[in-house]
Amino acid sequence: MILVVGTLPLEGVDLVWGRVEVQEKSIKIGGEEFPLGRGTAAMMAACAMVLDGDQLYGVTVGDIGTGEGSVKLYRFLAEEVPKLSPAVICFGYVMPNRTLHDAAFEAIQDMKPRPMLLADAGFMYVVKMSGKAPQYDLFTPDLGELAFLADDKSPHPFYTRGFIFHMTERVPELIKGAYETGGAAKVLLVKGERDYVCEDGEILEVIEEPKVPELEPIGGTGDTITGMTAALIDQGFSLVDAAARAARANRRAGELARPNPATQIEEIIHHIPRALEEVLK
Amino acid sequence: MVLKGLFRRKREEQRGRALIIFQEVSQAIKAEKVLGEAGYEIRMVAPPPQFRKGCDLSVEFDLMEQLGVERALRQGGCEYLEVIPVSEEALSPLEICQRRDFGRWEMIKAANMKITYDKETYQIVNVSGGGCPDVPYLAWQMVGRKLHDAPSPKDLGHTVCAYALWRAWEEAKEGVGR
Repeated sequence: MILVVGTLPLEGVDLVWGRVEVQEKSIKIGGEEFPLGRGTAAMMAACAMVLDGDQLYGVTVGDIGTGEGSVKLYRFLAEEVPKLSPAVICFGYVMPNRTLHDAAFEAIQDMKPRPMLLADAGFMYVVKMSGKAPQYDLFTPDLGELAFLADDKSPHPFYTRGFIFHMTERVPELIKGAYETGGAAKVLLVKGERDYVCEDGEILEVIEEPKVPELEPIGGTGDTITGMTAALIDQGFSLVDAAARAARANRRAGELARPNPATQIEEIIHHIPRALEEVLK
Repeated sequence: MVLKGLFRRKREEQRGRALIIFQEVSQAIKAEKVLGEAGYEIRMVAPPPQFRKGCDLSVEFDLMEQLGVERALRQGGCEYLEVIPVSEEALSPLEICQRRDFGRWEMIKAANMKITYDKETYQIVNVSGGGCPDVPYLAWQMVGRKLHDAPSPKDLGHTVCAYALWRAWEEAKEGVGR
């Protein structure tokens, strides 16, 4: 069982959890229907494209940035997740809160067997800030977020110092910095014009084909990589292999959608099954 | 003009700076507006480590102006936790925006946030990057609207990601003019 954790950008939606089903323009979590779009919904939908319906569970809550919904998610993580025994937990859009993260992490850390822990977006930010990054299995940062992971003084990617110029040429240096300063999980999948798969400080694979530069402006293309990676890990692929295959499949799904910068993520998600079929051959 | 600014900054450094610490980023954004309108020279910076939760923003100002600043905050209805003196250089946000041309479309990037608009219609077509929960909400509210008609991320957002998106949006608007 895999559990995807993240907020939805909706007001007045209380915490809901359960099986995830994807439809043409919506997603169902525990029987409740929500619009498909960037963020948690895209992450769950990409995951669902890999897995059979009965393996994928999601937990979500409405949060438009006040953090109130995120507090309920942290509580669920600390109190309920240990009873569910998922093999993989994939975290995404959650308001960073170190105190609440640390309480949830303590509960999850004690689970036997301990689930694989993947983090992206706001949850990755709080993991780094809490100093627990090396205890997580995989992070999926973009270049700006990598610079934040490599800067031990930065509390958020907004404050990353001095890395903005020529960042694409400095990726190996930033990867090294992230591992040396304790800002990296065991495995990193760095998403960008080139995707880098790294383990314990070493770059193992660089993926740059097919080239689809129009994916960068499209909100949600990072979420779909993370969702696919989580699902492939649940299917038995190693962290590194899952990350590399997800990166390739995401590029191929983007290529199949023939995108331009105005393309929306929903148009790409529906090409994931064919892209995965090619990548998993 | 530049030299005058440098001298003023030097004087402020000698007199000392102070930080206003907030419970929430949205309170810092409101304070920036109130203090800016009241004519104070301020800077948005990261709070010191002991005040950080992981998504935080604080306001730096000239320590000599503390009484006036606190009065302006009270009169503007701004809530804050405390005012502390700055003992070391505060971490500033990334100031520089980057542009990427996609032919008919242009993408503006500020720190970890990107906004893309149609150069012919000025319609916002995508918002990407970021990781705080209001990012998908802001994307939902802004995509499909024209740059100048879209709601401000400062008014709707609550996080540092929203603040970065506001910078990118302002840069995009400045680029196309009215």
